[in-house]
Amino acid sequence: MPKTSRPLLALALTLPLALTACGGGGGGNGGAPAEEAYEAQPDTLQIYSAQHIEVTEAVAEAFTEETGIPTQVRDGQDSSMGHMIVQEGESSPADVFLTENSPAMTVVEREGLLADVERDTQAQLREGLVPSSGKWVPIAARSTVLVYNTEMISEDELPTSMMDLADPEWAGKWGAAPGGADFQAIVAGMLAERGEDDTRAWLEALADNAQVYQNNIATMKAVNAGEVPVGIMYHYYWYRDQAEAAEGSANTKLHYFGGEDPGAFVSLSAGGVLESSDMPEEAQQFLAYATGPEGQQALVDSGSMEYAVGEGVESDPALPPLDELESPDVDPSTLNSDEVIALMTDAGIL
Amino acid sequence: MPASSSAHADSAPGPAAATRPAGPGRPGPGSGHASGAAATSTHRAGASRRAQGPWLAALAAAVVAVVTLLPLLVVLPGAFAGGWEDAARYLLRPRVGELVANTGVLIAVTVPAAVVVGVVAAWLVERTALPAAGLWRTLLLAPLAVPSFVSAYAWVTVAPGFTGFGGAALVTTLAYYPFVFLPVAALLRALDPGDEEVARSLGLSPTAAMVRTVLPRLRPALSGGALLVALHLLAEYGVLEMMRFQTFTTAIMQQYAVGFSDSAGSLLASVLVGLCLVALLLDLAARGRRRVARLGAGTQRRGVPHPLGSWTVPSLLFLAAVVGAALVVPVVTVVRWLLAGQDAASLFDGGLLAVTLSTLGLAVLGAVAATVAAFPGAWLLNRRRSALTLALERVTFIASSLPGVVIGLALVTLAVAWVRPLYQTVWLAVLAYAILFLPRAMVSLRAGLAAAPPELSEAARSLGLRGPAVLVRVVLPLMAPAVRTGLVLVALAVSTELTATLLLAPTGMDTLALSFWREASQLDYAAAAPYAAVMIVLSVPLTLLLRRQILEEE
Repeated sequence: MPKTSRPLLALALTLPLALTACGGGGGGNGGAPAEEAYEAQPDTLQIYSAQHIEVTEAVAEAFTEETGIPTQVRDGQDSSMGHMIVQEGESSPADVFLTENSPAMTVVEREGLLADVERDTQAQLREGLVPSSGKWVPIAARSTVLVYNTEMISEDELPTSMMDLADPEWAGKWGAAPGGADFQAIVAGMLAERGEDDTRAWLEALADNAQVYQNNIATMKAVNAGEVPVGIMYHYYWYRDQAEAAEGSANTKLHYFGGEDPGAFVSLSAGGVLESSDMPEEAQQFLAYATGPEGQQALVDSGSMEYAVGEGVESDPALPPLDELESPDVDPSTLNSDEVIALMTDAGIL
Repeated sequence: MPASSSAHADSAPGPAAATRPAGPGRPGPGSGHASGAAATSTHRAGASRRAQGPWLAALAAAVVAVVTLLPLLVVLPGAFAGGWEDAARYLLRPRVGELVANTGVLIAVTVPAAVVVGVVAAWLVERTALPAAGLWRTLLLAPLAVPSFVSAYAWVTVAPGFTGFGGAALVTTLAYYPFVFLPVAALLRALDPGDEEVARSLGLSPTAAMVRTVLPRLRPALSGGALLVALHLLAEYGVLEMMRFQTFTTAIMQQYAVGFSDSAGSLLASVLVGLCLVALLLDLAARGRRRVARLGAGTQRRGVPHPLGSWTVPSLLFLAAVVGAALVVPVVTVVRWLLAGQDAASLFDGGLLAVTLSTLGLAVLGAVAATVAAFPGAWLLNRRRSALTLALERVTFIASSLPGVVIGLALVTLAVAWVRPLYQTVWLAVLAYAILFLPRAMVSLRAGLAAAPPELSEAARSLGLRGPAVLVRVVLPLMAPAVRTGLVLVALAVSTELTATLLLAPTGMDTLALSFWREASQLDYAAAAPYAAVMIVLSVPLTLLLRRQILEEE
């Protein structure tokens, strides 16, 4: 019997070790002491981030360095995090909410949970990008593109409008990631501009025609591997891959629809301050920093390849200029992801 | 002996503490002098203790059952909040039919495949003259150390076109057959060969003797293993998402992504609850009530291994194929990506270490919580089997068949509304793990209690030991291997849990599984490799513990 009890004893001995490990170790974000890294800290700005975590952390670290205000980032995804804040309601731990696409922010906005963004912060942004409500500001922008495999299809065979992908001739020939918030933002743009009937018909065609992938990167790599000739995605995944070894995009090029087509939709990443924040001044300070010259430069320098939206900050030179994309003119506060999700559910995509 | 028994007492609370008399100054069983304490207590105290034991255990088991049902109390009303008509309209759609078909087909293929692979492998290793049987035993258990989504990641990179149903069925079978192999191998090794020999001496062929004397005894192990495989399939997310094969669970994750905890996700989860109930009832029917503990005079010897003869080479090829697909492919792939990644120095920076430590901490907490929670139910079922105790055990399986995301969302809802201080703390995550992985501990504890039949406790009492002392000196030592197995199984599960952790982990806490998934879902295979490697390495010692458990059944 002593023989059999030894491993159990060993396990019992390692227990307190592992328990202390739970509370300790690890580098905190933005200067939080290491031993406190695993719980939300009272005097630390809580950032709920559905934006890419590397980008948020890059900006947050620069912010902490500049202001000395410690930050903690909770990683999440657009729609689920937006609804999570709604469920947390008045007692949400979040001070700042950052999204990848603005529809997740309007979910929170419609519940009346956002504070007004300071005028000076709004003034730092390029004309026409700030929503009329003034409850949030853009922090970055990304454009819809069609990625195509140059060995499978030539440029003149590409559709002139994203709406054409609903035609039977495109059945099985295009890929998309309709489960993701990126795609849902594109459809929200389509819904705002083309109306419900056209959008519904297009989504029904998608359910029959498209190859469904997990996300933008999977779509791009599938096009690169020749699984489908074309795919819908955002521009910056492609530029990032090209800037590295182009492993997932060497056989592909991007097609910009332009002409104010729904396929030229530009989606805004959004930043907002929660009304319930217990650090409202610091939270406003963060938004001011993120949209100001330094924060926007940190975004560009992070290599995310998203468009900078701050006045006077240049995006990465590899990108075609934002104001030459001929994107459709859509008021971001009218984008409604819940309606899009209902339409996608009706079409049997969700 | 006193040293080892106090170690058991420390690590297995529950009834040991619950049955302790409340009177002040009375030395408890954990003091290291259990027999002394028992000797000083009066007969009356002993009698009342015996009478209290079952009630306290029943109370504890009932509390555990209710806690595991809490998520359902959120999910079911949430599902039908919009009324029956809306629910029916949502569920009676072609897409939901497609999800039912996909989920059903996957279970119909993977469960039998895992049972066949597990039983054949266990039989070959434990009951035949297989060359290097000890080595094969280790290799066949080793896939337990490879998280299923790491296996999927390996197969997706090795055979990019092999997605959909084929890939999903292959990877889940490879990942889950050890759930059958482990209990069956342990039982085959421990089984008294006497019956089989008697059957042979009465003229049965070797095959007939096995079918009529061995298989019936395997029933509890087989049906328990098959149940675990089925429940895991119902809740599997990572493998199926990577294989692009949509089931209820992937659909629920998608619903979570678009709507957090809306009624559509709850409706899908409710269907899963129904499927789980079906699996539980099937297991109940298949398990039978035969006792498998051996009681009798004399010492048991090992059975004579069956010669394989001309079957040696096919048997070796079969095992090599299983090990190759379940172990070699994932490990080689992870190593390949590890080498393809950045320089070795950056792999072992503070980030990876911190993530590893927090994963370990969660795994230990979760394992202890689930094992403690499982004890009262397992004990009651073994000692006082009744419809009620059976129900108390069965209901704990229901919540665990739900995907982590459903339990996570339910606990978020409960914590936000009622127990705000728990929200976004480690303890809520640990509660989720206990709910999710209780059956793993339960199955192991029940096997352990079966190995400590009540007759031995009665014999101990007749020799003068009292309640707690019986538990500490007779029951727990006999159970120790099974308790250990339960702890290990839960710790393994926690360290690779993905979707509940995603929701419940405190802000700033990261785990290996979360980090792996973040990179792998961006298809950055090289960046995901270090986390996969650590998960595998961490699981190796745990898997070796499980191997020893089979050996110790002797």
